[in-house]
Amino acid sequence: MTLPEKMTETATVMAQQEVAPGVYRMELSSPAVAKVAQPGQFVQVRIFNGNHILRRPLGIAECDSARGCFTMFYRIVGSGTRDLSLLVHGEILNVLGPLGHGFATAFHHPLLIGGGMGLSPLLSYAQAKRGACDILMGGKNAEELFWQSFYAPYVQKTFLTTDDGSLGSRGFTTTIFPQVLKQDTYDGVLVCGPEIMMRGIAKMAAQAGIPCQVSLEKRMACGLGACLSCSIDMTDGRRKKVCKDGPVFWAEEVFA
Amino acid sequence: MNCVAKDTLLATDLCGIKMKTPILTGSGTFGFGEEFADFVNLSSIGGVVVKGTTLKPRRGNDGVRITETPAGMLNCIGLENPGVEVFLKETLPRIRQYDMNVIVNISGSSVEDYGLLAEKLDATDIAAIEVNISCPNVKEGGIVFGTDPKAAAAVTRAVKSHTGKPVIVKLSPNVTDIVCMAKAVEDAGADAISLINTLLGMQIDIRTWAPVLGNITGGLSGPCVKPVAVRMVWQVAQAVHVPIIGMGGIMSAEDAVEFFLAGASAVAIGTANFTDPSCITKISDELAAYLAAHRLENIHDLIGKIKIPQKEA
Repeated sequence: MTLPEKMTETATVMAQQEVAPGVYRMELSSPAVAKVAQPGQFVQVRIFNGNHILRRPLGIAECDSARGCFTMFYRIVGSGTRDLSLLVHGEILNVLGPLGHGFATAFHHPLLIGGGMGLSPLLSYAQAKRGACDILMGGKNAEELFWQSFYAPYVQKTFLTTDDGSLGSRGFTTTIFPQVLKQDTYDGVLVCGPEIMMRGIAKMAAQAGIPCQVSLEKRMACGLGACLSCSIDMTDGRRKKVCKDGPVFWAEEVFA
Repeated sequence: MNCVAKDTLLATDLCGIKMKTPILTGSGTFGFGEEFADFVNLSSIGGVVVKGTTLKPRRGNDGVRITETPAGMLNCIGLENPGVEVFLKETLPRIRQYDMNVIVNISGSSVEDYGLLAEKLDATDIAAIEVNISCPNVKEGGIVFGTDPKAAAAVTRAVKSHTGKPVIVKLSPNVTDIVCMAKAVEDAGADAISLINTLLGMQIDIRTWAPVLGNITGGLSGPCVKPVAVRMVWQVAQAVHVPIIGMGGIMSAEDAVEFFLAGASAVAIGTANFTDPSCITKISDELAAYLAAHRLENIHDLIGKIKIPQKEA
């Protein structure tokens, strides 16, 4: 798959809303990046308040190339995401992207499985493959599954699970994955979420003989494969970078 | 300003290396150059100091490797690199297409390692060797050599005796007397000195009470270290005759000008490459504009021109 050329672009905040406690959805006008971004790719945003030497990596969640906009979902985890959450309509950021390798697009009817903020990059895939995907989403509680309404326009079936049972079945995505597999035939499984969840799903997908891709998250500085902050071990012993070689990998490449 | 004027203003020669600008990239912040090819015309910059290279491949440190600080960042990458053999066989032939000055940063765990690395690199068309005796993140990164003038001199001599290429020694700021270190490597034959590597620092997560970095401590870089770097360049420039490559928190042409005034013959851009991947081009353009605005003909007219107020008798 050929990747679009990377670029930097001044981006304008078009909208920002708190969609769940501490979780924000930001829409950016960034026409050049929105035009070429592929599902599963990410951007590095630079915040111009003078407090941040490093950019923050954020997955592209929904992309509207006609309007020249894309959205990102993020949880406030530190000073960078807190400062991002304070931006209002009309303020600017600098976007570096689109970065990394996204999801394989050849699947006809894949199952997307996301946990928590891992549902963000998967949304770009659901949108790009409009109507082709089913989604299995997991969260701590009903509040964390605000994602339903964002996925609804793009997916066929939605399966819900929460740690506390407040919405959908009680448990984890790994708990109900086997039942979901019995209900339909999928030619691929795409996963993003906590590593323990991705490992569990990858193992079960392998047993079921379904190709599986995972999207990894790591701290990074450059986003271009140069600083080596996000190096990981591959199962074949090689070293790769999440930012450049990923963030999406075939499960068997990264999980033994 | 037209291109010809810019070229004339910035062109320089650093211990025999012909450079289009006096601005390099700092080792470890610009990969092998190719990672930034979408953002920078690599043949138009002074040169690329590539990621630290060791005899054997190194996987680097485990755990979190970077964290942001006020006006800077900490890193503890731990000299991850594919080793000199892979660099020579795969990387160097690949990056040759960019027509840039390639300076290879080397690290070893013994004096012999440094000599061997120099010997292997001598047979190539690289522009120079930068000797890293100052990586704070690994024992084998040379910090043991970087804090002892005798050991620093021994490493310098070992490299010099195995190569005819210009040898730049990169010093650690984590010493009491930087001038003593600089003089030691100059006496041992260093052709130039890079100042400064990162300052040793650490950050603690107050939620978990654990260190943020996997290696507990890391190297501090970015604008927060710039005053320390400028001070060290100024001190060393008065004590040695070899050229100095100044680095430490340069984010703009104004920052670079400070280093030149302090006595640096060239500068390197490090952490700023992460903030803005095309910054080296902007800094070069703005430096040329600064020189023109001050009616200077070449960067040489700025080097060491700091005006120290005379004390009254």
